Amino acid sequence: MTKANRLSVNRMSLKQKINSYKKHPFSLLALLLVCAAAAVAVLSLVFLVVYILIKGVPYLSPSLFEPEYNSENVSMLPAIINTLIMMVSALILALPAGIGAAIYLSEYARRGNKFVEAVRITAETLSGIPSIVYGLFGSLFFVLKLKMGLSLISGAATLAIMILPLIMRTTEEALLSIPDTYREASFGLGAGKLRTVFRVILPAAVPGILSGIILAIGRIIGESAALLYTAGTYTKIVSSLSDSSRTLAVHMYVLSNEGLYINETYATAVVLLILVILVNALSDLVAKRLTKGKERN
Amino acid sequence: MKKYKEKIMQAVFTLAACISIAAVALICIFLFAGGFPAIKEIGIFKFLFGTVWQPSNGRYGILPMIIGSLYVTAGAVIIGVPIGILTAVFLADFCPKPIYKIVKPAINLLAGIPSVVYGFFGLVVIVPFVRNNFGGRGTSILSASIILGLMILPTIVSISESSLRAVPEHNFEGSLALGATKERSVFRAKLPAAKSGIFAGVVLGIGRAVGETMAVMMVAGNQPVIPGSILDGVRTLTTNIVLEMGYSTDLHREALIATAVVLFVFVLIINLSFSLIKRKSK
Repeated sequence: MTKANRLSVNRMSLKQKINSYKKHPFSLLALLLVCAAAAVAVLSLVFLVVYILIKGVPYLSPSLFEPEYNSENVSMLPAIINTLIMMVSALILALPAGIGAAIYLSEYARRGNKFVEAVRITAETLSGIPSIVYGLFGSLFFVLKLKMGLSLISGAATLAIMILPLIMRTTEEALLSIPDTYREASFGLGAGKLRTVFRVILPAAVPGILSGIILAIGRIIGESAALLYTAGTYTKIVSSLSDSSRTLAVHMYVLSNEGLYINETYATAVVLLILVILVNALSDLVAKRLTKGKERN
Repeated sequence: MKKYKEKIMQAVFTLAACISIAAVALICIFLFAGGFPAIKEIGIFKFLFGTVWQPSNGRYGILPMIIGSLYVTAGAVIIGVPIGILTAVFLADFCPKPIYKIVKPAINLLAGIPSVVYGFFGLVVIVPFVRNNFGGRGTSILSASIILGLMILPTIVSISESSLRAVPEHNFEGSLALGATKERSVFRAKLPAAKSGIFAGVVLGIGRAVGETMAVMMVAGNQPVIPGSILDGVRTLTTNIVLEMGYSTDLHREALIATAVVLFVFVLIINLSFSLIKRKSK
């Protein structure tokens, strides 16, 4: 029997429900509490988003998107472009490592050996470290020890370590979800392990890997604590990777901290929110594709 | 030739897997090497239990920050956990499908909003609200707790929801068949069965709250003193680092790194208990 059927057999009419709640006031109370909690959760999100939109949208003037920042236009365009460059550089650094590690874990490693265990534990540890600790480490290691200075590349390297566990986990999940028949068929046709991985397994895992990338992009866009002391707060569009640069989130923090441009801060928050909402919508879309693909199989 | 290629690529993949180990090792080495000299020089008891943080006078006691982190996290738990668990119950058992399609993405979005945006929202909405209704300056433990409670909601909701869904239906149906109402069945049969999963979610939420920096900095007031009430300002371990890292030198800088070591150890303990709970629940 399908679930819908089963429910309709046991369905109570509204009157029966009301009667039952009259007899069990605590159940009614519980129901109300549950609904109230969900309402609080959703309404606080709606309030936050709507409040920032209402306060910020009127100030989204063209001058906020001029190519040069100065204290008059408070332009965020350089910060947006820097964010994009930061995103791409961090992904370039993190993707090969993360995907490579995931391939090792799912295709090469024998289950339960000590090395695999160590990789998993450290990846789990990495995903729990607060971003300020990453920021501090980045400023000690990349900025000072490797003498990379307050620069976009220091920031990107720090972020790459931060998103590494995320990429590893989502890629490994995607690889593990591919049925063994794919591998067997490929081996059966005489392909080697490497060929199987690159021609059969990875292409099939692309949507899963993509969803990981989207999640990582979301984290990069929103990150500020890890970047403050690695990429710095310089306001120009970077001309090389060794320039200091602020991303949009850092830009917004600096504006809010200065406290002089409250309206522009709202407007920057609007842009950040829109970016995050877009990223979320995209990841929902990919997730939907993923489950659809699975149903078809 | 082909064989070599296979071998080389296998080595490359193995190397990639080493990176996360190397990263954790490097982070530990740099934090501990940077922080231990300061702890040694200041003295571990004076550092951990000193109540005065005045770097200009050479006094480095981080007890106010440890207590600040504890208070703010506790506040976030008090606000976020009940709402989070009840919302998870709603999503798992009481939510009609059309509403689910709205609430679930909303919760996911809550997880994606950058912490500066939370902080700014706290600064312009929560802080004035607290100031006008409860008194004090507004930048306080209470404001920070409200914002953090909101920020840890998605973690708690999504983990609790999936552990509620993992409870075998027969628990719940057995309770219904004995004549319990749906609510009673959910709260007395299903929730206890999902207990350890929910607890794991709460622990993960605590980890997020302890580690959160920017949002807390923007609403907590940041005075390095042990607060007397929830309307007082407070400084946490995370904000202590980010506030002073920019201009610190020498021992002051090392003391900040040592603060990060303390934070790191806290977070490691929290994560360890999370994995232990998770393993146990499996």
